[in-house]
Amino acid sequence: MRIRNFSTIVTLVLLGLIAGQVTAGSSADEGDAFVAWKAKDLTVPEPLAGLEGDPRRGRAVAITPAKGNCLACHAMPVAEQEFHGTVGPPLEGVASRYTEAQLRLLLVDMKQLNPTTLMPSFHRNPGELKRVAERYQGKTVLTAQEIEDVVAYLITLK
Amino acid sequence: MCNHYFARCGSVTLMFVLGAGGLLPAPAVEPVTVAKAADTASQAETTGPVSGYAFLQKETQQMQDDDFLNPGMQWVEAGKEMFNTLQGENGKTCAACHGEDGSKLDPKRIAQYPVYSETLGKPVTLQNQVNACWTKRMGYHPLPYDTEGAIKLEVFVQNLARGEKVNVQTDGPMRPYYEKGRTIYQTRVGQLDMACSVCHDSNAGKKIRGNTLSQGQVNGYPAYRLQHGAVAGLHTTFNECYRLFRASEMPLGNDDYTALEVYVTARGNGLTIETPAVRF
Ligand code: HEC
Ligand code: HEC
Repeated sequence: MRIRNFSTIVTLVLLGLIAGQVTAGSSADEGDAFVAWKAKDLTVPEPLAGLEGDPRRGRAVAITPAKGNCLACHAMPVAEQEFHGTVGPPLEGVASRYTEAQLRLLLVDMKQLNPTTLMPSFHRNPGELKRVAERYQGKTVLTAQEIEDVVAYLITLK
Repeated sequence: MCNHYFARCGSVTLMFVLGAGGLLPAPAVEPVTVAKAADTASQAETTGPVSGYAFLQKETQQMQDDDFLNPGMQWVEAGKEMFNTLQGENGKTCAACHGEDGSKLDPKRIAQYPVYSETLGKPVTLQNQVNACWTKRMGYHPLPYDTEGAIKLEVFVQNLARGEKVNVQTDGPMRPYYEKGRTIYQTRVGQLDMACSVCHDSNAGKKIRGNTLSQGQVNGYPAYRLQHGAVAGLHTTFNECYRLFRASEMPLGNDDYTALEVYVTARGNGLTIETPAVRF
């Protein structure tokens, strides 16, 4: 994990949001905290917490059922797995349809684009959710780092 | 522990649903650069309800169609045996009041469940009714909701109405419960913030991984579930769907689930009862 933007980090630490993330090497419990993001013109221009994404990790997050599980709903250029879903559009070529900042919004909260969507909001304020099963309470579906990793992967899908 | 979403975990029966093509044409997908809030209309409401049967693989349909192959029929038989032979404290069997093999029960009436109970001032499900006879008229301890004995009796009775049309009352005293059920159906909950409607209203025929989404009709319940290897009740299925999107479950048989049962059953008014259906 590399940190791009020092002032963002300072702000977030002050907010107490990512307390676990600053200590180098802590990885097990760093992840679940919600990192507030700002949408502007249907984009999220700033990387969450100023983190830098890694496309290789992003691909893994995207195709892991307990993580992104994107294959459940989307056909993807992922030959090693079968039975890609069809409720969402194929992801091949998304990078030519959307900018990085648009993809980030669509991942953190697709409902901003389509309030009736089936696609989960992968990094939304857990405080806004109802009847969350106990073990997922207070957690986002994907962590800030995982969001940045998936964004980095998606922009390779030209 | 399994926390995959949409993958029903530990299932050895996935093969049964893989490759099951939907009958409804999948609508063309549009990109989402503009918000499109419009598409909330339920397929069930616009084109009429379609049974979950239509979304099954051929082999599964054949299994349901043939009483000798349909494993649910063993549950019907077991329920019939209980119905005819078990005597409560008062020495009466179900058959003592309702005829041998339920010959005095009216299939058209069964097809109306859940029905409004004047005495209780709320709707009762078929399982509630069976359980009420079991405890009050026969003097047994109540059967906890959706447990094996309750399901055996319910599936036997519901099977008597196989071939009848689902006919749930939605007006009069049932209206508030129908509407409450619809609200629950459309309310987003859970970590994935989903509602029953987002999967079953406009996406029937499309695939979530290997599973073809149906309209979530309940005209075959209690149904033989391939993933359980057993006949399971409707409220159990509600909880399974909630688990898929990481929402807390509700107690089986509670008032919210009764209202949800009223709504989802009435959505399928006019469909032919298939109990025991064979489903994933
Ligand atoms: C439960 C279903 C579901 C899951 C899981 C899901 N999506 Fe989606 N996704 C959709 C649907 C449906 C759409 C179509 C847009 C809409 O509904 O508003 C969509 C649209 C998209 C789009 C826009 C595609 C286009 O061409 O317009 C992208 C990019 C995308 N998803 C990426 C992802 C990624 C990456 C993941 C996993 C981290 C993911 N999705 C997981 C259902 C899903
Ligand atoms: C994330 C997607 C999703 C959501 C949201 C969802 N379900 Fe389902 N549901 C499924 C899948 C997948 C199946 C198995 C395939 C099928 O029959 O559609 C299923 C099956 C069913 C069935 C069995 C249908 C049959 O023909 O036997 C019923 C009933 C049902 N769901 C009701 C509900 C209700 C009520 C809710 C809300 C509590 C709900 N579903 C929410 C995915 C979902």
